[in-house]
Amino acid sequence: MSSEAPGVDEALLRSLIPATIGVLVRRGADFAAAEDAVQESLLEAMRVWPDDPPRDPKPWLVTVAWRKFIDATRSETARRRREEQVESEPGPEAGPALDDTLQLYFLCAHPSLTPASAVALTLRAVGGLTTRQIAEAYLVPEATMGQRISRAKRTVADVRFDRAGDVATVLRVLYLVFNEGYSGDVDLAAEAIRLTRQLAERIDHPEVSGLLALMLLHHARRPARTRPDGTLVPLAEQDRTRWDTRLIAEGIAILQQALTHDRLGEFQAQAAIAALHADARRAEETDWVQIVEWYDELVRMTESPIARLNRAVAVGEADGAPAGLAALAGLGPALPRFGAVSAYLHERAGDLRIAARLYAEAARAATNTAERDHLTLQAARLNATLPVED
Amino acid sequence: MAKYLLLKHYRGAPDPVNNVPMDQWSPQEITDHIQFMRDFATRLESTGEFVDAQALSPEGSWVQYGGEGRPPVTDGPFAETKDLIAGWMIIDVDTHDRAVELAAQLSAAPGAGGRPIHEWLEVRPFMHEPPAVTE
Repeated sequence: MSSEAPGVDEALLRSLIPATIGVLVRRGADFAAAEDAVQESLLEAMRVWPDDPPRDPKPWLVTVAWRKFIDATRSETARRRREEQVESEPGPEAGPALDDTLQLYFLCAHPSLTPASAVALTLRAVGGLTTRQIAEAYLVPEATMGQRISRAKRTVADVRFDRAGDVATVLRVLYLVFNEGYSGDVDLAAEAIRLTRQLAERIDHPEVSGLLALMLLHHARRPARTRPDGTLVPLAEQDRTRWDTRLIAEGIAILQQALTHDRLGEFQAQAAIAALHADARRAEETDWVQIVEWYDELVRMTESPIARLNRAVAVGEADGAPAGLAALAGLGPALPRFGAVSAYLHERAGDLRIAARLYAEAARAATNTAERDHLTLQAARLNATLPVED
Repeated sequence: MAKYLLLKHYRGAPDPVNNVPMDQWSPQEITDHIQFMRDFATRLESTGEFVDAQALSPEGSWVQYGGEGRPPVTDGPFAETKDLIAGWMIIDVDTHDRAVELAAQLSAAPGAGGRPIHEWLEVRPFMHEPPAVTE
């Protein structure tokens, strides 16, 4: 649906997708067929609505999707017993124990799916993106993405649609989508925010709010994060007037509300750190002491070496570079970005020659070109100030 | 139209004329180099000749089937002497001459001192589909 039809509220249309799939599933359609039928009904909506907008979009969509499903089922052979089940008028829908939209989130993030499959299925079935759009966003051929989605649908075909799943798995999927950023004509970060927002409207869970807050606070910085030539601008050097204050205010409000539940989780802790950065109008005003405390929480909760690495940076700011370097103890070069952090802390400690060498090494180990170029630049910046070694 | 691969090497190609490691350039020279590469790709897009560009990490290893029921055999990291691909650009152009012309332009990317690097690039034609008309 990249080509926006005039007169069609695409955001509204896409927000109706999960509930429509849910209705079809509860009427007896299997998930894969229901999802196909709803995609078809969307195309029809894009075609028909500009000239003939429905009075009430959701029943329109359900009716058309159901018809598409019946047509598809009929056109398959009568051998399938499915036909008998659904040919007759749909029986009264079993009252949904849970919100249909919510069910779909759980299904698409089901633990039996690989992360890549869960991401693809979520973007298509919950997000309503076309296979082509998802393929473009992940830089794979459309046929490949189509197969990935089909296999994912088969994997969850027998999952029951009437019991709650694990919120944590859903959050991991949404976090992955957000981190993919944007390429092609689909802004995956914006899409992840939309999906997380939609989830937060349906479930009162502090970690859902925490993730939403985290996304908003990071998204707010995006305009300042890269230069026009694509190179990265580190947090301390970003033009903070270009941060989106509306997103920051919203993120902080959501986070504060979440924290009142007193059920801390890793996304709330990460959001709290992002909020403390957002609070500082100038980099020098950053409350590093509080940030270290949040990293302590994060390390305690997750025992993640990445959290410990980031904590070392914060310790370096709060208590000085030697303390930061000491906080690196036990972490090693196998950890992504270890070299970059170590270089940074050595530079702050005044060991410029070591720092330059570590930056150059970190550049060689970088896993994306923006980071590689940034680290090469840091090495060059220091080398330009150092007397030439014989 | 025919597709060509322009292959850039970390190691294994003959030394370029302006052979200074990138972290020894000035920051401005690095910025200019990055800008040159971006502009080059953008220009090829506008002429309808750009297909793809990718960079590879220097990390990697050799992998071989280890036999029935055995794990794969791996060998790495690559030896210092090994030819090492850094990345590529794929172009779709009318003639071989045009492919060479573009490779030469890319090889003129500015390096230390703002002077062209004169990097050696490998130009390789793609194998293509057999023609529909054969006689």
